[in-house]
Amino acid sequence: MSTAFDRYEEPSPWSTASDAFGPGDPELTRRQLLLASSGVLAAAGLSPVPAAAAAGSGRAEPTAAVRLRVNGRPVELEVDLRQSLLDVLREKLALTGTKKGCNQGACGACTVLLDGRRINACLTLAAMHDGAEITTVEGLAQGEQLHPLQAAFIEHEGFQCGYCTAGQLMSGVACIREGHAGSADEVRAWMSGNICRCGAYPGIVEAIVEVGKERSS
Amino acid sequence: MIPFTLQKVSTQSAALQAAASGGRYIAGGTTLIDLMREEVEQPQKLVDINALPLGHIRIEGEELVIGALARMSEVAAHAQVRALQPLIAESLVEGASPQLRNMASVGGNLLQRVRCPYFRMLDAACNKRTPNSGCAALGGLNAGHAIFGTSSHCIATHPSDLAVALVALDATLRVQGPAGLRALPVEALYRLPGRTPHLEHSLAPGELIVEVRVPNAAHARAARYLKVRDRSSYEFAVVSAAAALQVEGGVIRAARVACGGVGTIPWRLRAVENQLVGKPFARASFEQAANIAATGASPSAHNGYKVELLGRTVVRALEMAGERT
Repeated sequence: MSTAFDRYEEPSPWSTASDAFGPGDPELTRRQLLLASSGVLAAAGLSPVPAAAAAGSGRAEPTAAVRLRVNGRPVELEVDLRQSLLDVLREKLALTGTKKGCNQGACGACTVLLDGRRINACLTLAAMHDGAEITTVEGLAQGEQLHPLQAAFIEHEGFQCGYCTAGQLMSGVACIREGHAGSADEVRAWMSGNICRCGAYPGIVEAIVEVGKERSS
Repeated sequence: MIPFTLQKVSTQSAALQAAASGGRYIAGGTTLIDLMREEVEQPQKLVDINALPLGHIRIEGEELVIGALARMSEVAAHAQVRALQPLIAESLVEGASPQLRNMASVGGNLLQRVRCPYFRMLDAACNKRTPNSGCAALGGLNAGHAIFGTSSHCIATHPSDLAVALVALDATLRVQGPAGLRALPVEALYRLPGRTPHLEHSLAPGELIVEVRVPNAAHARAARYLKVRDRSSYEFAVVSAAAALQVEGGVIRAARVACGGVGTIPWRLRAVENQLVGKPFARASFEQAANIAATGASPSAHNGYKVELLGRTVVRALEMAGERT
């Protein structure tokens, strides 16, 4: 049964590129409403955010102008120097597929590709990445066509609660590209920065090995 | 996080100038940003040095030269590094996670702060974080702490695997400061805690690590890094050993052994090396030499097991290095 909550759910890790910056629905999503009411979200779209708009204390915090290409789309925005890339993706661009787990670089939930290489988005300042190309989980699919690893995760039941899924997918895509997906042991070693070990983990490893073999053959 | 300013620089002179006016260098930031978020570190001004042209990895004469901004993952995957300096590649891959290795620079890796839990615990005494506040580790949970180079002020281990490899390989840093360029052996970069554990390295204020130079010696090609830890990847060392051997006619001609996880600084075992040279290339020689590995160790209440583990780790690392001769 379809409920009223369906359309309020945050973008899933399977979101397509077309809704990478939030659904096209002109009405606010639940998340946008929450963020807006808490004074956090200055803009979910592509327009520049006024400096220190959210400070509210009358004291302008140091900010910097940053241009990024996120999932192939150019973005210009003003960030607080203290904002991590993760915070900017989630709170300024409403790309909530990337998850905040430990916020210390230990869990891998925030893994994104920065200029094609996987990194922890929580451990880097957005202001240091002017001109960078970022790929988040929202940028993996081509329209309705899932990335092969996304499809393999479904096939191998590589998801459980879903919280680590986005990071596992991004890290898995990179692991395959790096040529470190030759065996389950190799995958476990090179996926060690994604630390969730729930019941889905064997499926995650299988999916990465399978897609890795397809790519190398 | 305490507010700060950020200055981007693209030349070494601009970097030095910014540091001279109180700036703190940031490259990968994988340690610094974490510590700033915890407010253990509170720099007021960051100097982003990522635009400096220091990402090179190349052979110059008889040396491997690594720019300070080369990323851990790039150095570990570099064909010449793997062929001529496998110990460096292994020590890097054994450190951190793939995501962190893609960000973390070689220079930053050498200057990372300790992983002692009390250092990050703002309500715990820590002489390294707050001089003269005491050391919670001395009477606390110290199973992971150092058995060499300790003082009554600090027993935290140095965390870098790369530093252990570089110390074993007699690597030297090129350091740029206001007074010019100087050479600094990696071993001399690190200071024992003594009464001043907050002073961890011998760089002058504002000095910048520019590159690492490693002699491409014969023993460097027959070298291994063995890291013993509580899980098989993405974890700091309980005990680690870097071992390098040169063998001719069944006799050990040169040996290098350094250890991690046991010292307040990367710990070179020169007595073990001297014991090995001239001995037959055999496990009995390794065992005999490893017998003196823990000489002078001063364990705390919970880390006495490291004494035995150190000797065994050294023997196994030497065996593994021997497989490459």
